[in-house]
Amino acid sequence: MDDLLADFLTETNEGLAALDGALLKLEKAPDDRPTLSEIFRNVHTIKGTCGFLGLSRLEKVAHAAENVLGKYREGSLKVTPEGITLILSALDCLKSIVAGIESTGSEPVGDDTQLIAALDAAWRGELPVAPSVAPRSASAEPEPVAAEPAPEFAEPPPPEPVAEAPAEPSPAAIPTPAPAPAPAPVPAPAPAARVEAEAEPAAPAPAAAQGAAATAAPPQTIRVSVDVLEDLMTLVSELVLTRNQLLQLVRARNDSALTVPLQRLSHITSELQEGVMKTRMQPIGNAWQKLPRIVRDLANELGKKIELVMKGAETELDRQVLELIKDPLTHMVRNSGDHGLETPEQRRAAGKPEVGRITLNAYHEGGHIIIEIGDDGRGLSVEKIKAKVLSQGLTTEAELAGMSEREVQHFIFRAGFSTAAAITSVSGRGVGMDVVKTNVEKIGGTIELRSVEGKGTTFFIKIPLTLAIVSALIVEAGGERFAIPQIGVVELVRASGNSEGAQIERIHETPVMRLRERLLPLVSLSRLLQLESEGAEPAKDEGFVVVTQVGANVFGIIVDKVFDTEEIVVKPVAPILRHVTMFSGNTILGDGSVIMILDPNGIARATGVGADGPSEELAQAAAGLRGTRSSERTALLLFRAGDDTPKAVPLGLVARLEDLPVESIEHSGGKTLVQYRGKLMPLVSMSGGWVPPESGRRQAVLVFNDRDRAMGLMVDAILDVVEEHMNIEGASEQPGFLGSAVICGKVTDIIDCAWWLHQAGDDWFRQSGAAMAPKRVLLVEDSAFFRHLLVPGLTAAGYEVTAVDSGNQALLMREQGAIFDIIVSDIEMPDLDGLGLARAVRESGPWQDLPLVALSGRVDGERMRLARDAGFTTYVGKSDREALLASLRECLAAPSMA
Amino acid sequence: METETRSAPKARSSAAVMTDSAAEMFLTLTVAGQLCGVPVLAVRDILAAQAITRVPLAPREVAGSLNLRGRIVTAIDLRRRLGLPPRAPGAPAPMSVVVEQGGELYSLLSDSVGEVLPLRASGFAGNPPTLDPVWREVSRAVHRQDDRLLIVLDVDRILAIG
Repeated sequence: MDDLLADFLTETNEGLAALDGALLKLEKAPDDRPTLSEIFRNVHTIKGTCGFLGLSRLEKVAHAAENVLGKYREGSLKVTPEGITLILSALDCLKSIVAGIESTGSEPVGDDTQLIAALDAAWRGELPVAPSVAPRSASAEPEPVAAEPAPEFAEPPPPEPVAEAPAEPSPAAIPTPAPAPAPAPVPAPAPAARVEAEAEPAAPAPAAAQGAAATAAPPQTIRVSVDVLEDLMTLVSELVLTRNQLLQLVRARNDSALTVPLQRLSHITSELQEGVMKTRMQPIGNAWQKLPRIVRDLANELGKKIELVMKGAETELDRQVLELIKDPLTHMVRNSGDHGLETPEQRRAAGKPEVGRITLNAYHEGGHIIIEIGDDGRGLSVEKIKAKVLSQGLTTEAELAGMSEREVQHFIFRAGFSTAAAITSVSGRGVGMDVVKTNVEKIGGTIELRSVEGKGTTFFIKIPLTLAIVSALIVEAGGERFAIPQIGVVELVRASGNSEGAQIERIHETPVMRLRERLLPLVSLSRLLQLESEGAEPAKDEGFVVVTQVGANVFGIIVDKVFDTEEIVVKPVAPILRHVTMFSGNTILGDGSVIMILDPNGIARATGVGADGPSEELAQAAAGLRGTRSSERTALLLFRAGDDTPKAVPLGLVARLEDLPVESIEHSGGKTLVQYRGKLMPLVSMSGGWVPPESGRRQAVLVFNDRDRAMGLMVDAILDVVEEHMNIEGASEQPGFLGSAVICGKVTDIIDCAWWLHQAGDDWFRQSGAAMAPKRVLLVEDSAFFRHLLVPGLTAAGYEVTAVDSGNQALLMREQGAIFDIIVSDIEMPDLDGLGLARAVRESGPWQDLPLVALSGRVDGERMRLARDAGFTTYVGKSDREALLASLRECLAAPSMA
Repeated sequence: METETRSAPKARSSAAVMTDSAAEMFLTLTVAGQLCGVPVLAVRDILAAQAITRVPLAPREVAGSLNLRGRIVTAIDLRRRLGLPPRAPGAPAPMSVVVEQGGELYSLLSDSVGEVLPLRASGFAGNPPTLDPVWREVSRAVHRQDDRLLIVLDVDRILAIG
């Protein structure tokens, strides 16, 4: 039996066993949609896989069952016990076929037409509509049992005893339900059928499984939960540490009696470590599986001819690393196809073969894995990059002139940078090379590129084989020892005080070193970590320089001493130390002491030796992501009302502009109203006492609406629509205004729609404004209206707001590495709702500890409880902006980690 | 609760033991001469003087990290946490009272560790309003002993740093 089939059988058996239980659950709660979806998916998977493997009999039965389930799922068919029975008998049929495959290696011959006919009948709605039909159509099967469908049901039993035989000795209960599977539920009346059905699943599933174990070829693989592997890994890591400790002790004592057994222990430990690592290893090909399809689609979409060459797919790496590298790889391949390769015409013109080639290559190199992603396309144009960099203000011309070609090329890793002149549907998905770089660096990897204009570009990703155990260089600075992961270390240079050899020189207090014709920026570790005692003599110019590379940036870290290298197990630091970005973790050395592990990326960022400054990088990374950022350009509607100062409102908030005849404006109960689209719409004037214009004139009105409510704001004149950065300065004290901004060179009042809407008598938001330190808020809200309301409101209150319209999009941003201080989410949203989002956020990932504020149209105890259970920190009514601002303040003031 | 005691006599006897032990057991420790107590159930370990690795750039209350049988423990200097002057040079090295919070181990560095005491519930009093704010923040209550006062420390609040 080939491996593929064996895998399929293992999976299908698992799926079938799960299905039994799920179906019974469904029978008890026919409206349980998640269960229904799960069942549907399961059957669908089985069908899909067997179609792929050419198991046509299995596929037909599964297909018929899926049809019925599909109707259940869309609600066009009611779930009935009879229907469930029918599906269960289909499952039994599937099981017997699977058992047949297990014993013979091929699909047993048989006729399922009756069963399929019954399923199709159910699908047409004949069965569950009239329950009486159910037994009939079902009993139609056993009646002709003797004659026609004999092959069908005669077929299932044979594998049954086969499967059962080895199982018999152990559970005595088995013989009783054993005859049940095929014939029993069919002729029995509905209630009995249910009992049978309940008794059934327990027996056949294990029986089939045991049968598989006994009769089929012994399985080549077993499935082990990832948790078990993780635990093993942790234990082995501890063992490695203990071994190191022992080695060090023995070395110091020189006790020869211990040396031999210890050597053996050491040897076994190393092998064990290797073995456990192996269990976590997966071929990188697993991460590449989807690429051929992506490339094919890409080629069609872009009208290019692309050939994908994959080498070294069998190269193995840790599954954790594999998971983390999957998305960046996909993105880079997409990039190569989109930006790298030219169209067939361009290629012909350049004298290249029409078919462009993307090459993936993976191989091991000294404890690391190198992944190359190359294309033979147009290569990076240094001139274009320069122009782009200048136009985006990322650097100055003078700086650019001093840069090597390679340094210029590295600008593509900067956030917000894209060389593609036009944003195609392929690129511009909100993930740039900067995100790829960040993700690679996150797992301690580096990314390099080599590009020749006209010839192509190749990216080199260097990542550690595993994240758990790394090799590190132990150094000392300021009397403390630190570990530097070896992956970032390029070389070690001894700096001598005298004139021979490399020297630490100073340019106005900034240490630098001349190293092979280039000026290496230096960072003093003891100064960086504030380990220099106060008033100490200026740092001596002796010591060691650890030349470190972070991305394209090479810099030196000055340390006092260098010890040896050691295998260390990276442990995360305690939560109260997480804010110190200079450390990636800590560990215990062989001598039993605790040591902090330096993070070269953190050091580069903290000192600015990396091209990307600390806050700048984060800000830009976020800016590169999808979302409406408050500092982005916003379309604004300018108008005049009351005084001469122009007023502005985000255009997105305005539903329509109306010019109403004055006659249509009426007064009722102290309110100004207008009949508008068959409803009464309240009108609010911006200039206090509104004097109706002379009859015959018209009144300009901005209409705001949300769902079925509408409100009109009467203004004197509509001026213009402009696109501007809306930097609201100073929260306004005057109610109705968020503050002022300079728009088109004029000071303009930004109106607070919420306040005006409230004037219309609706329970919308209320005005409030408090200056706050800028905190990053992620707003998840599906209603565009509320989004537009909240973004300016929160911006005015001093928050930096990024808004997305669904929970899934929010999670996408999390994957892309966006960083926020707090998340505000609507509860009721399509697809992934607020509760689901909260659970996903709380489950894992960098946002796990963020405060979460729930927004909801309705506030009641039950909802609040649900929200809190899902992981929300607090719960605020949508229409209560003051409460929202108060909650934000509260959540951000309290340290969420504590 | 009622049904529990009625149906399960075992529960009653254990409840009786609880009352006998006069509410809670506390481990006493001293910080700059002040007697303090932490609930004994919160304490994982007590260690004599340990090699502590300084953690640069950490909050000043964090004395560093130490190794407790292969686990890394973050040491909090209670003197610094309570805004007290540092130990006099030459004073004996501090003891570690190891507590667990959220799966992480923390060591509370104390000048000395005393004994495990049952504290009578009747002896507790609220914090005097004039208590120094730093102390008030971390003190759960004050217990009147015969000859001295014991401050019951709230471990969670002590660890709420930064």
